[in-house]
Amino acid sequence: MTQTTAPILSILTFFPLAACFVLPFIKNEKTIRFFTFTVGIVEILLALPLFRFDITQPGYQFVEKYNWVPQWGLTYYLGMDGISLLMVLLTILLLPLCVMCSWNYISKRIKEFHFSLLMMTSACIGVFVALDLVLFYIFWEAMLVPMFLLIAVWGGPERRYASVKFFLYTLAGSTMLLVAFIALYKAGGTFSIPDLTAQTFPFRFQFWVFLAMALAFAIKVPMFPFHTWLPAAHVEAPTAGSVLLASILLKMGAYGFLRFCLPITPDASVYFAPMMIAISVASILYGGFVALGQKDMKKLIAYSSVAHMGFVTLGIFIFTIRGFEGALMVMLNHGITTGALFMLVGAIYERSHSREIVKNMGLGKYLPGYMFFFGLFALSSLGFPGTNSFVGEMLVLIGVFKASPWIGAIVIPGVMMGAAYMLRLGQKLAWGEPTQAKSWNDLSLREWGYLVPLAILVFYIGLAPGLTLKAIDPSLNRVLDRFAVKPKQAVVAVAPTADTQKSKVAGLFSLSR
Amino acid sequence: MKFDISLLLPELFQILIILGLFVQTLMKPEAEDGKGFGVRWVPWAAAAGIAVSVYSLKLSGSLFWDTYQVDGLSQFFKMAVALGFAIASLNAVNTPTVKEAQRADYFLFFALSSFGLMLLASSAELITIYISLEIASYSLYAIIPLRGNDPQAAEAGIKYILFGAAATAVALFGLSYILASQNTTYLHVLATKPWSWSAAPMAVVGITLFMVGFFFKLALFPFHFWCPDVYDGTSNETAAFAATLPKLGAVVVLIRLVALLKPEIEIITVMAILSAASMTFGNLAALVQKDVKRILGYSSVAHAGYVLVGLVAASAAGLSAAGFYSLIYLLMNLTCFWVICSLSRDGKNLMLDDLNGLYQRAPYLAFILAVGAFALVGLPPTAGFIGKLFLLTAAWNRGYNWLIIIAALNTAISIYYYLNIVRHAYTHESEEGVQFQEPRCCSSVWGGVLAASLLILGVLPESVFHWMEAAARQIMP
Repeated sequence: MTQTTAPILSILTFFPLAACFVLPFIKNEKTIRFFTFTVGIVEILLALPLFRFDITQPGYQFVEKYNWVPQWGLTYYLGMDGISLLMVLLTILLLPLCVMCSWNYISKRIKEFHFSLLMMTSACIGVFVALDLVLFYIFWEAMLVPMFLLIAVWGGPERRYASVKFFLYTLAGSTMLLVAFIALYKAGGTFSIPDLTAQTFPFRFQFWVFLAMALAFAIKVPMFPFHTWLPAAHVEAPTAGSVLLASILLKMGAYGFLRFCLPITPDASVYFAPMMIAISVASILYGGFVALGQKDMKKLIAYSSVAHMGFVTLGIFIFTIRGFEGALMVMLNHGITTGALFMLVGAIYERSHSREIVKNMGLGKYLPGYMFFFGLFALSSLGFPGTNSFVGEMLVLIGVFKASPWIGAIVIPGVMMGAAYMLRLGQKLAWGEPTQAKSWNDLSLREWGYLVPLAILVFYIGLAPGLTLKAIDPSLNRVLDRFAVKPKQAVVAVAPTADTQKSKVAGLFSLSR
Repeated sequence: MKFDISLLLPELFQILIILGLFVQTLMKPEAEDGKGFGVRWVPWAAAAGIAVSVYSLKLSGSLFWDTYQVDGLSQFFKMAVALGFAIASLNAVNTPTVKEAQRADYFLFFALSSFGLMLLASSAELITIYISLEIASYSLYAIIPLRGNDPQAAEAGIKYILFGAAATAVALFGLSYILASQNTTYLHVLATKPWSWSAAPMAVVGITLFMVGFFFKLALFPFHFWCPDVYDGTSNETAAFAATLPKLGAVVVLIRLVALLKPEIEIITVMAILSAASMTFGNLAALVQKDVKRILGYSSVAHAGYVLVGLVAASAAGLSAAGFYSLIYLLMNLTCFWVICSLSRDGKNLMLDDLNGLYQRAPYLAFILAVGAFALVGLPPTAGFIGKLFLLTAAWNRGYNWLIIIAALNTAISIYYYLNIVRHAYTHESEEGVQFQEPRCCSSVWGGVLAASLLILGVLPESVFHWMEAAARQIMP
């Protein structure tokens, strides 16, 4: 671990929050937008020192640790490894883009909107850099209120229903997370995540802690039976809300699995892996099938998110380095691609005032710029070679096939369905008849401004994923190493040997049958 | 016995306020136009009272032949009572339901009740506890029905007196059992006696009945029936007082009983079951309420259950968490009541629909209400979360883990109705043509101070918590 002089992570986390307090004093609406945009740019500049991140090191870097409430063992403990680095960069990048894509879309209560946006960014960065369980929990929950407001105030017609559903679902899931954290504190004597990962807990304890944590994370991801809040929230949320929801909030669930479930409760993770794999596969297939039948563009992309996040959890729970890499890459790429797709839906909504596919057909002739970006991100979403998502899905599939060809065989139709629903959507949008797009303007400079960075990332990660993989590999190897060693020490040895791997597959089949 | 009068500083200061108010009630009332000085001095005097009680936090000693104990616990709760009295009286300075001329009397009862609660914090003998409790209660009996000619207020008053009298009778009955079986009423002597069902069944029955008197004050299920109706019926400002300060008195006595008697499994189990029932019932009942004060009434039933979690832990950590949470509870509830009182027209009750469009009319009050409501849920980064975290952490692995899980699940139930309050304030538009009370600007300022204190305590709990922690270690090493 390296100790740095300037508290970079604290600055990154609290700078947007500090900017919130300036907002009430700005009267002019345009100034508010410019101000928040500038905050986003400054935040990106503040993140430049992160380039000092040593990608060869597996441990936490930029560590900050102070006592907070010593009586209860609470510490203010921040740090960053390869896993969190990518997520933090993604979060920081999205803030100015979200401001840009809401420039015309949000026309009422602008001050509160940007207030929520900044609070949201702070909380999201905090989630990814917190290394103390309680600190993590605070950021995790603090994010709910601004997201609730984003949906409930600036959302669509069903916004009240969707926002309350979102809040209830996620909060109900995380109550048990808090209990699990308390139990870990009492059993391990500390709230610090690195210290807890170094310990070994009895299997029975791991069993319950895993379940409590997995419920919270599975709701956030969301995995198949717990996904019902997602389409409602996505459809009703404003563009920026959808982007943040898809690009960052969903990642927190997967991040939780990687950061908490696997390192702290390895035996239980192995024990529950067949179940987790089964519901991941169910998410992929179910998400794909339901996406095929959607008429609403946002709903379609929402269900495709369920499918993509299924790849993430699948990659995590097959316990191979390729699977882990793939999972993390899908997390990042889904953030880029789906975020961009939601922005595009928002852009066309500003023109047609409808998200129905049939109301937005035949854009190819009249809005070529728009269709270029839409085609690009649609291809990226279905995992076309050369785009970013291909790298992630490919790695997950390699990992899966290595672990069990059978699971791979079941997942392949999910990949094909991804192509089917995205191509269908792209085709209707480009060439569908009848078209109403004759009088619509093509993309403005502002819209180019927020799409180009994401498009560059699509190609960069798609064509040269090496650097990204290099950054995450040491951290992922660390998770996997501990993971491979730990189960052998445990009381109930359920080490991932060939036998258990077989029984895992057997268990999977008995579940899916 | 050495009598050190400086030990009684907070009480003496409170007596000064009472005497001032008493003289004022005897004087000819000032003009009705509200231009007179009136009772506006009381909140400032009470604020000085906070300073006095903070100054005397470190005192310790024993007075009146060991019936009166001055220690960390009592001083912490005296500070909390002084704080609550200051906020509640500031809140009630312009109460529309009491005529200008009668406000001195009204405040006199406030001050007397707070005085009783301060005595209660220090009482270390059962009969002293009883007398202090009555001093604190009788003043409230008098002001609950004070709401013009409102029949609902009369109903609330009668309910409060009848329930209170019954609970007190039960407590006295329990006291007689304790006295009969243990032959003493001094807590420090009682602490040396056995408190298990096998050794002293009569004493266990007695202490359980005695606690009922305080469960009633705390509005714990099944002694909560007065709570929503009294909040509903009485004026907003009185409800703010009755909802918060008496709970402090109940908590301090329960902490003292638990710490000294180290009750065995029977009493703790009863408390654990009552705690679980109270939070579940309170939260479920609150889901369907439309009146904001009734919501807060049922929410206080639920919070009584949460506080009891710390007592069930029966450790220094648990007791300090319970004490700290009751202070936070006071602040959270007073924050919500502050907004209610600022918004209500002519002191009428506030319905959820009256909050519609609050973000437009009074953005600061809307924010303050949101902070108060989210603190009551226990959402970070408010103090409500950190208080609840301390409670749950203290009680984990003390044999009642099911209670922790129920408490955590209750957060998920309760979010709905608290969120409903915020939703009405932030997402509903106010209907055209409805007249609203224009909130005064100083109400935003002081409400903002309350909300800020909730946020600051949530981020830096250590600054206040260490007093309570030291106090708990003192009485339960």
